[in-house]
Amino acid sequence: MSMVLDSKIPHGPLADKWDEFKAHEKLVNPANKRKFKVIVVGTGLAGASAAATLAELGYQVDAFTFHDSPRRAHSIAAQGGINAAKNYKGDGDSVFRLFYDTIKGGDFRAREANVHRLAQVSVNIIDQMVAQGVPFAREYGGMLDNRSFGGAQVSRTFYARGQTGQQLLLGAYQQLARQVGTGGVRLFNRMELVDVVVIDGRAAGIVCRDLVTGEISSHAAHAVVLATGGYGNAFFLSTNAMQCNVTAAWRAHRKGAAFANPCYTQIHPTCIPQADDFQSKLTLMSESLRNDGRVWVPANPDETRSPDQVPEAERDYILERLYPSFGNLAPRDIASRAAKRSVDSGRGVGPLKNGVYLDFADAISRLGKETVKERYGNLFDMYERITGEDPYTVPMRIYPASHYTMGGLWVDYELMTTVPGLYAAGEANFSDHGANRLGASALMQGLADGYFVLPNTISNYLAGWLNKPIPGADHEGFKVAEREAADRFRQYLAIGGTRSPDWFHRELGKIIWDYCGMERTEQGLEKALSELPALHAEFKKDLRVTGTGDSLNQTLEKAGRVDDFFELGMLMCKDALERRESCGGHFRAEYQDDEGEAQRDDDNFAHVTAWEWSGNPMAPVENREPLEYEVVQLQKRSYK
Amino acid sequence: MSKHLTNITLKVWRQAGPADAGHFETYTVPEISDEASFLEMLDILNERLISDGKEAVVFDHDCREGICGTCSLMIDGQAHGPQRGTATCQLHMRKFQSGDTITIEPWRASAFPIIKDLMVDRSAFDRIVEAGGFITAETGGAPDANLIPIPKPVADAAMDAAECIGCGACVAACPNGAANLFTGAKVAHLNLLPQGQAERFGRVEAMVETMDSYFGSCTNHGECEAACPKSISIDVIAVMNQDYRKSKFKNRKALARS
Repeated sequence: MSMVLDSKIPHGPLADKWDEFKAHEKLVNPANKRKFKVIVVGTGLAGASAAATLAELGYQVDAFTFHDSPRRAHSIAAQGGINAAKNYKGDGDSVFRLFYDTIKGGDFRAREANVHRLAQVSVNIIDQMVAQGVPFAREYGGMLDNRSFGGAQVSRTFYARGQTGQQLLLGAYQQLARQVGTGGVRLFNRMELVDVVVIDGRAAGIVCRDLVTGEISSHAAHAVVLATGGYGNAFFLSTNAMQCNVTAAWRAHRKGAAFANPCYTQIHPTCIPQADDFQSKLTLMSESLRNDGRVWVPANPDETRSPDQVPEAERDYILERLYPSFGNLAPRDIASRAAKRSVDSGRGVGPLKNGVYLDFADAISRLGKETVKERYGNLFDMYERITGEDPYTVPMRIYPASHYTMGGLWVDYELMTTVPGLYAAGEANFSDHGANRLGASALMQGLADGYFVLPNTISNYLAGWLNKPIPGADHEGFKVAEREAADRFRQYLAIGGTRSPDWFHRELGKIIWDYCGMERTEQGLEKALSELPALHAEFKKDLRVTGTGDSLNQTLEKAGRVDDFFELGMLMCKDALERRESCGGHFRAEYQDDEGEAQRDDDNFAHVTAWEWSGNPMAPVENREPLEYEVVQLQKRSYK
Repeated sequence: MSKHLTNITLKVWRQAGPADAGHFETYTVPEISDEASFLEMLDILNERLISDGKEAVVFDHDCREGICGTCSLMIDGQAHGPQRGTATCQLHMRKFQSGDTITIEPWRASAFPIIKDLMVDRSAFDRIVEAGGFITAETGGAPDANLIPIPKPVADAAMDAAECIGCGACVAACPNGAANLFTGAKVAHLNLLPQGQAERFGRVEAMVETMDSYFGSCTNHGECEAACPKSISIDVIAVMNQDYRKSKFKNRKALARS
């Protein structure tokens, strides 16, 4: 049984495809929209913007979040900015250039049509967010300011201090709140999706667990949108928030939604290095810092002097040396590997020799401390709070950490998964970033999907269901899913073993980081694939969850999420093993050129791998969607 | 290299549910690195409780980067603990000393009922935003973003207010349980911007009145500003009060014309 992967890319020249789609899609007239119920799970940038916009259009929307408030979603932690092809700087930017940079940044492993649409609507996002009152940084004349981000030679990144994600999310949240206030959206907070229900081949709704009471309930709808983020917490240590998890996407996968390119994970170069073994998460320092900070390590591995005592001649500015044309703004995967190699070669800095310097001394002498403070003050403060060191006087220490996942649920051009009526938006889908995402493009994609893509494409599906009955929440299909979910949570409580969910999560994360992290090998991945099922079996035998299932129980919540991370982890390793090439964030040590750069294999791997659930997490079914490039010529990605 | 603190005593508020009586439990932390964050110390405590077969202490947390506003905690009677301008999740053990006794309580305010242990229900904040904390700009049809120049000082002042993370420390720190700093921050953010002018007076009226239906009244103690992890100035309360007063005239006039 192999599934059909129809990407539904519209006909016509690349630049006209989105207009072509909109010209011919099926619509639902305004009076009929209220007959449709749409469930949106997740209230980050993609979820909040989709829920608000769908409600504005007139659909009945139910929005679900496991947080106490929609405003807590992890989009809020994005620091640096959002890209848009506005060309306000007149520096040669255009929709095509943003499209091209994104395709190239993704190492030629993304779909052309989706990425071009993303670049097109990027300009609308900025207009929309400004209209909503997002206080983007301005110049003295009152115009919007821009800065540069990795992988681009233009300044197209809009920002709000170091809190761009916060300001954009609050904009989308406020728009959602307005709809909640007027009754356009029903909001369900502290409710976690625990299953997706598919009846007669279409998404019929979801089953949720109320985190406060433990009650399991069903919710039926005409369509379901998952905007539930990425799976970076599979590594345990990551820059993701503590509660980020893969459960919604994984439950959808188990119900028939293909999972695409799970091995494409992004390791962000600028995070604060781990300080100790008990650490529960890593903190990102925005990529924007690389606008003014210079990355270096001592030339001598035995260097013991404090950084300000190391003379220029004995410093190795690794990115400037290796990638002169992009310098410190080389893309994330490339900068991460350069840092890893410096540390591996014994030139790491800091007490554990596990980082590289990000030095602002030049910027401070060129621009003055005040200007640097204005640009990055809150990031410097955060660094000081965490490390106890003052980055105005001592260089920051940074090291790569898991940050974002490019893989996700496979979606077609309309953002529909392989389950009819089930959509995935934002980081939860795989669609736009290929094998590596450029900085400031996650916010762009989340908002593009939620504001401009999904509200247009969903009518193409819903129109076919006008005045046709759909199964209600009392349908047997929901009851079965409810019973299964209740049994699953009862089982976690009943095991009565000796290890907590966090213990298993940490062990799981170590395996995935060691063998499916920044550098992968066939041997390592095979080792991971033998260790993961054994650890998962132990989880099922030796888990200990204290407390009960009928009141708030964070240990129980965590158990369910870790269980799903195990199965996902196996798929990540399997995907990484089968992709016998290096591209973007997926670096297989066997496939590199003489200079240690990623060696793609376009003849055999210019495709999306979309995995299908078989019932056995170790034996998924592989499906391929070939990537056809009509406009871009595949070439070796060079930032030298 | 990291140093270790020893012999920390924690007095932690435990409460099984909203209707149950709560009490302090005492736990000892024999040793903890000064590099550990405060919440990592609680993680370690929870791991120990689970291994002893006891229920973990419930507390709200998520991003651990001081931006999502999920974390809370009264630490020795101070919202978010002793370090100014710092959310609990960014507080590190280097701010404490060996032998310290640390008292940990939930936010205490009648508008924030306790759900369990250290976790409270802050959804009254959402109700205030739903009442008017937005600019009505439906998706599509927005004019070019550079059409309205916004003077940098205005954009900066709006941004200063917009930094609020909605954690509720202002309410917890206020002897009256007032939410004026939270509400004022959102009013100031939107009412200072040109885009916010169309709904300026309706917004402030709806938000203030919704706020008053849940929270206590402000009597200018200023505890909120001191507790705010984003150091938001109580000037935003002045902006809100001024606009609220004006709204009582402006809205009536606008109604009279219609």
